[in-house]
Amino acid sequence: MAGAEPLPIVRLKHWGRWVSAAVIVVLLVLLGFALAQAQIEWDSVPDFVFYRVMAVGLLNTVVLAVISQAVAIVLGILIALLRRSANPVAKWFAAAYIWLFRGLPVLLQILIWYNLALIFPTISIPLPFGGYLVHEQTNVLISAFTAALLGLALNESAYMAEIVRAGLTSVDVGQTEAAKSIGMTPGATLRRVVLPQAMRVIIPPTGNDFINMLKGTSMASVIGVTELIHAANNISSNNLLVMETLIAAAIWYMVVVTVAGVGQHYLERSFGAADRGPAARVGKALRGMPLVRSARV
Amino acid sequence: MSEPLLRAVGVRKSYGSTEVLKGIDLEVHRGQVVCLLGPSGAGKSTFLRCLNHLETIDAGQVWVDGQPIGFKLRGGKLYELREKDVARQRRDIGMVFQRFNLFGHRTVLENVVEGPVRVLGTNADQARAEALELLDRVGLAHRADAYPAQLSGGQQQRVAIARSLAMKPKLMLFDEPTSALDPELVGEVLAVMGTLAREGMTMVVVTHEMAFAAEAADEVVFLADGAVVETGPPETVLKNPEHERTRQFLARVLS
Repeated sequence: MAGAEPLPIVRLKHWGRWVSAAVIVVLLVLLGFALAQAQIEWDSVPDFVFYRVMAVGLLNTVVLAVISQAVAIVLGILIALLRRSANPVAKWFAAAYIWLFRGLPVLLQILIWYNLALIFPTISIPLPFGGYLVHEQTNVLISAFTAALLGLALNESAYMAEIVRAGLTSVDVGQTEAAKSIGMTPGATLRRVVLPQAMRVIIPPTGNDFINMLKGTSMASVIGVTELIHAANNISSNNLLVMETLIAAAIWYMVVVTVAGVGQHYLERSFGAADRGPAARVGKALRGMPLVRSARV
Repeated sequence: MSEPLLRAVGVRKSYGSTEVLKGIDLEVHRGQVVCLLGPSGAGKSTFLRCLNHLETIDAGQVWVDGQPIGFKLRGGKLYELREKDVARQRRDIGMVFQRFNLFGHRTVLENVVEGPVRVLGTNADQARAEALELLDRVGLAHRADAYPAQLSGGQQQRVAIARSLAMKPKLMLFDEPTSALDPELVGEVLAVMGTLAREGMTMVVVTHEMAFAAEAADEVVFLADGAVVETGPPETVLKNPEHERTRQFLARVLS
């Protein structure tokens, strides 16, 4: 029977944690042994990481990903708005756009843009009273880099459209009604009330997509854009150290993706918590920045 | 008698095959407070939302200060307005919602300043000063920098009232402003509304607060099944209703 003395308590033993940790340690050790025996020239990897062509590859990967994602975000917002429009023509256009650009593999889209010259040797946009706004050979107009950018950006814009639509839908209709009730126009309501609050839902999947985009740029190697994979192949075609150069490229991918992940974390925190107490200061500080402010007004 | 500020004539509205408003007439004169009462599903809120064109109407007209809401009168015909032009008409008609609907990403002060600065183009400093004055009137000047989520429901609703007043509206619509509040917070919101009524604001209030209707209303309109059952001063409608339907409703609410 329980007396006045408190009885000792025996905590639950989490055996599963110890067992799983042991298994993983053993597997890691085995992997270490295997790699030690592997025919890899480890010493050459750091050199490859800092090869000049690798730097060019890194730059192209990052620039291609950033521009493609930026274009995709702008197009995505536009398509999402068309999709939500009351205008049935706009709605159908947006649905067809998403259907097409989301449906085709990115690699195929990149190849189509790259080979456009085969069916349209020149691209011309005539002006109404003679002369041309654009009149140029397709091969000059669409370089390998541009073709990769078009393929990646248009494919991603279809995904962005759905992400933005989900974000807009997540904002309570009461917010729109309140904005209307103080006489705000539909445009102002979107810019000042709905979009800022949709960001909380839009940012996490967008960050996810951007990380995907960073890796997706590797497909541009197929049409000869010197991004990380192409740079790695470039080196290994001289010295045949295929794995070593790929590992060097892999290291750069992990670096870039990690940086993007950290950036996403801070962006999420600033927007997500803007209406919830102390962390709001980060959001306010961010919104106070001239660039962000002009983008939001 | 002078021209009424608000005149609704034969307002009809259907959702699919269900007719929720079956031709409602209402006249509200400047400085009058009119309370719309009735059982849930009677169409009170829908009717109120038709008054500032948040809902489109199928038939009938709503006139505020001589303007047809949602339309433009030209050559004896009413031309439907685009949303952008309806927005201009809504400047003069404030609305307070059941669920407050404060802008969650903006502080209390920013909520109140938004309309004057962005819609009316008031200078930011002046708008700020006026907003603080309004917040003081609803007793919340000290929470100007708080975010809506940090306030109680009653406080949020008082800010929402200040946000509407900042537009200097001719007419204020209240859509069950105390229905989403904890019982102990209802009083503070009704007090602000009572003051507003005494100061001569023209108000149309959908409410279940019989005591407020009895005290503040100049006229009470009892609605049921999308139609007006009876209209009159609160003493008559609330104490000696003519219609059986009204009596039943009051018996249930007041018991």
